[in-house]
Amino acid sequence: MSDKSAITLTINGHDHKIEVEPRRTLADTIREDCGQTGTHIGCEHGICGTCTVIVDGEPVRSCLMFAVQAAGKKIRTVEGLATGDTLHVMQQAFMDNHGLQCGFCTPGFLMLAVGVLEREPNISDDDLLDVLSSNLCRCTGYQNIIKAVRAAAKAMRGK
Amino acid sequence: MTAHTKGTGLKWVGRSIRRVEDPALIIGQGRFTADLAATHWVRFVRSPVAAGKIVKIAAPKGAMVITAADLKGVKKITPMLHKFNYKPVGQPVLAEVQVRFVGEPVVAVVTDSEEAAEDTADLVELIIDETTPVTDGRAALISGAPQVHAEAPGNVIVEGKFKTPEFGTAWASAHKIIKIEARSHRQNATPMEARAGHASYDASTGRVTLTCATQMPHLTRTAIADLLGMPESDLRVIAPDVGGGFGQKMALPAEYAVLVWLARKLKSSVAWTEDRRENLIASFHSRDQYVTLQGAFDANAKLLALKADVVANVGAYSCYPTTCGVEPLMAMAEMPGPYDFRAYECRVCGVLTNTCTMAPYRGVSRPVITFTLERLMDKAATAFAIDPVDIRRRNLIDKFPYTSAMGLVYDEASYQQTLEMAVKAIDVPAFRAKQKQARAKGGYLGIGFATFSERTGYGSPAFAARGMEIVPGWDTAVLSVDPSGYVEARIGSSPHGQGLRTTLAQIIADEIGVTPYVIKVMHGDTDRSPYGWGTFGSRSLVISGGATLIAARKVRAKLLTIASHMLEAAPGDIVLENGTAKVAGTDRSVTIAKLAREAYTQTHRFKGEIEPGLTETGTYDPPGTFSNACHVAIVAVDVETGRVTVEKFLVAEDAGRIINPMIAEGQVHGGIAQGIGNALLEEIIYDESGGILTANLADYLPPTAREIPPIELHHMETPSTTSITKAKGLGEGGTIGAPAAVINAINDALTPFGVEINEMPATPQRIRAVLRKAEKAA
Amino acid sequence: MKPAPFIRHVPRTLDEALKVLAEVAPQDGRVLAGGQSLVPIMAFRLAKPAHLVDINEVAGLDRIASDGTMLSIGACVRHAAFHKSVVDNPLGKLLTYVARHIAHYPIRMRGTFCGSLAHADPASEWCLTAATLDGTMVAKSTSGVRLIAAKDFFTGIMLTVLEEDELLAEVRLPLLPADAKFGFNEFSRRAGDFAMAAALVIYRLQGGKFIDARVGVGGAEARPRRITQAEAALNGKAPADAAFRAAAEAAAAAIDPLEDHQTNGDYRRDLVRAVVRRALEHAAT
Repeated sequence: MSDKSAITLTINGHDHKIEVEPRRTLADTIREDCGQTGTHIGCEHGICGTCTVIVDGEPVRSCLMFAVQAAGKKIRTVEGLATGDTLHVMQQAFMDNHGLQCGFCTPGFLMLAVGVLEREPNISDDDLLDVLSSNLCRCTGYQNIIKAVRAAAKAMRGK
Repeated sequence: MTAHTKGTGLKWVGRSIRRVEDPALIIGQGRFTADLAATHWVRFVRSPVAAGKIVKIAAPKGAMVITAADLKGVKKITPMLHKFNYKPVGQPVLAEVQVRFVGEPVVAVVTDSEEAAEDTADLVELIIDETTPVTDGRAALISGAPQVHAEAPGNVIVEGKFKTPEFGTAWASAHKIIKIEARSHRQNATPMEARAGHASYDASTGRVTLTCATQMPHLTRTAIADLLGMPESDLRVIAPDVGGGFGQKMALPAEYAVLVWLARKLKSSVAWTEDRRENLIASFHSRDQYVTLQGAFDANAKLLALKADVVANVGAYSCYPTTCGVEPLMAMAEMPGPYDFRAYECRVCGVLTNTCTMAPYRGVSRPVITFTLERLMDKAATAFAIDPVDIRRRNLIDKFPYTSAMGLVYDEASYQQTLEMAVKAIDVPAFRAKQKQARAKGGYLGIGFATFSERTGYGSPAFAARGMEIVPGWDTAVLSVDPSGYVEARIGSSPHGQGLRTTLAQIIADEIGVTPYVIKVMHGDTDRSPYGWGTFGSRSLVISGGATLIAARKVRAKLLTIASHMLEAAPGDIVLENGTAKVAGTDRSVTIAKLAREAYTQTHRFKGEIEPGLTETGTYDPPGTFSNACHVAIVAVDVETGRVTVEKFLVAEDAGRIINPMIAEGQVHGGIAQGIGNALLEEIIYDESGGILTANLADYLPPTAREIPPIELHHMETPSTTSITKAKGLGEGGTIGAPAAVINAINDALTPFGVEINEMPATPQRIRAVLRKAEKAA
Repeated sequence: MKPAPFIRHVPRTLDEALKVLAEVAPQDGRVLAGGQSLVPIMAFRLAKPAHLVDINEVAGLDRIASDGTMLSIGACVRHAAFHKSVVDNPLGKLLTYVARHIAHYPIRMRGTFCGSLAHADPASEWCLTAATLDGTMVAKSTSGVRLIAAKDFFTGIMLTVLEEDELLAEVRLPLLPADAKFGFNEFSRRAGDFAMAAALVIYRLQGGKFIDARVGVGGAEARPRRITQAEAALNGKAPADAAFRAAAEAAAAAIDPLEDHQTNGDYRRDLVRAVVRRALEHAAT
């Protein structure tokens, strides 16, 4: 076993002072060391996108980053999307459009969509479809995810 | 939302209300098995070879390592069929003497973290005396093939034969015989959450709680208690939020039994989270079949007789509880599909091989048999020089109830009507014109139809007919209105994404006059939910829905009795709605919450009329009901690369009364996406030595949003005559019809080349191979 | 699927990075840049490096610069940097067009240009780009700097001439003439998947005829390279279907196809034929 490093992870504005091995992925650390289990793990090799979180404004696969690399950066997860009891428009759109079934991939899709739309609010529908092809969902056939994200994109642009 | 036509006149049923499941999931507060902390973590060391004898297992010093030798007294997983020449074979929960597939669990390593468990597992040395494996279903049938189990000589574990008396005459009278040789390659259901288990020992009671990603918590408890020889009451099984199942999580994993054994031994908590590689190599496969199908047609292209031969590669063991008979026997029972003919001959067999064990996967055999039967109809249409739509018009059943050649009774359905609905919506003449234009420019478009019946809500008779030792089918709902006026329904089903908490609440709401938002539907905890069979086989809305309706009607009757006392009116004059009981036509009313309170606290007033309290139980065991649909795919085939793009997908479907159109459509969407994946992309591939070449999601290919076209849905509602809610199941239909529609469309696109492809997935390599052969011949 | 343990080194300067790499390379040390290829391999434990030299904190490695003849791309420049044109030259547009074919958006946020080259997956779009453009690899170590031509850099599937203590600190790509045209096409099973074949073509026209044609093919052989036979089929010809087909045919015939359980040589040639012609059609539009 390699030595653990003491780091501070800032997740949704809260500091978590933890000790982790360098090999611990950001996904595992968010879930197990910081107790934020809303971020799910689906493949651990960067294909399924279930573990997508936003690091310093960039949507990334948290299974392909080590936690020690995220020290000092601003991490956002699904738990930080809503403001109090008010859902983020993306969350509301997923509910309104039945964009989730089992809900396992949902946090990854939310963070992917929010992360990209904050960077590129005027992204075209077709490019948005490319973005959504980053993550896998096995329940919805994507129809209602696409619908939800397009609706939320419109609402986010309108703000 | 596309057209949802008929109103029901009822208040909540038939409405696309938002799901009650969503608020927690959407903010990351779902609770999945892997979210639980544990003291010990398990890693399974799995066989790296497909066949062989275990010679030695060497573990690093000091490591906690469990092997079969430690599990004395633990029984083998040995599901049973009492028919079809079934040979019971047992699977030790950890391989004992022999290993039979790559990925079979051999050793359980226990440490204090997942990383450490994997480090230790890497150091465990397995010495296996390798023998020659057999991985292909047909190869396993050849005389002299390696034997997977001594108990099943010739590797045949189950076989079904059926022939109607009139078969010979009908066959002999045929004008044309059409034949399809189809191959369906092996697939993996690939739920986004792989399997996971967490077993925790409670020192004060001696009980173990197993939280796991399962579709059938009660049977998981029964099975593990049986294997370990422990009282069921000492085991509690919880299915928390489960991240999809699609059948893969209805078969019992040997790994869960090991976790419970370990929790009892260590008197602690023990967890295992399956990783994606394990899921792809060792967590049950499906659809690996060879099907030869021949149809005898009269001069008018009317089907007279059908003859089928199915070889299903069921892998190394038999899955619990359905047994590996599930694929071949379903193929035999349901091959006749939606077509009207009397003469049928069928031979099916399940063949053991050195591959991962087969288990049900959404649709079970029906995606394969529908693909084969629908190819047969299209090929026959070509042979008779008629349109694919026309041949279906001539052959689809249109009188109900209809008893199939196999003896299944189809309830009222709309095979012809959904076909016509789809044909009209897709505008076939316009497509043909577009197809012609495209061909002139070197573009190849195709249209494919699939019409099918989907047996849903299988009650116990359907499973008993297979001779299953464990006969699922019925289910129970316990409905309580508590003294606060809130409602709880506890059910034996175990939904994991289907939105059943919402749809059952809609059914209850209409019966007892409250809003769905005061109703909680709880499931998936053997301590609290009644014994039941979980969620699989498009059963839950039909069967749990029926049980819930029965319970709700009883609660309703009680509420009316209490209200009649309080409002001094005849029960028949009282209306339950909007949370109140009202005397029709008056302003006299009382809240349902008040009625509930009385049911507990004023029982002396109703003595002799009703029992105290407001809890009622309903149990339902229907004969089964058949949904139906017509799927249409329009594809473009890039003949240079073999790539198939599905440009449009249209469905006209009929699942009886729809409780929540939004949820129903979501089920169809998801099923179709899996069906398109099955048709074009997804394939588990073994090499000659039995190694798996597709053990990651860059090689095993579930579709992304880019591969799934917009799906257009049209509904009909033919109320079921055999389901008390009048609803039929629809969870599997999308997956059943889509491969047939897509592959028929590919064949239509390739008509100018005179080639045929009857393999799924129809990969670009396979399409180019048939085209290349045609190019060389030309 | 958890990576095996390793010791992480976090140099802040290039010199520090080279020093620590020289130290740990003989003890199974590797460079960690974006990690989008290395970390999955570690998760499957197909790689278990004992040391990782994490260069993400090294100042200045995210630099992209042009000196008017050459574009220089530093070791930590992410794929996403190319989402917008990085240089006012046809090369900028080329890189933007190619970049969108690399995996998926979140992968492009982290993965690096130089990391792709050092990883040398035959299917890599950037490896194809560097090979087609005859880019120059700038390999640095404590012993000095080596400039390596792309044609000499790739030696096989995930193999390069980089020494274990060398860091691919920079890649230089030549700017293109203002009238250069480019076209790109790739074939993959799903959106974002590894290319099973990809082609990048670059050329100019003089008097309505191809000159200076470059035809690179990736994903089809053990390493990406220019296919001179295809280039010869273009130079001096008019940019029309006949020339496109001749070049595509030449490329399909010239390759030594990668084969696997699903993909035989015939099919790989089919794909090369298709992607080369389509890249030429793309360039012509």
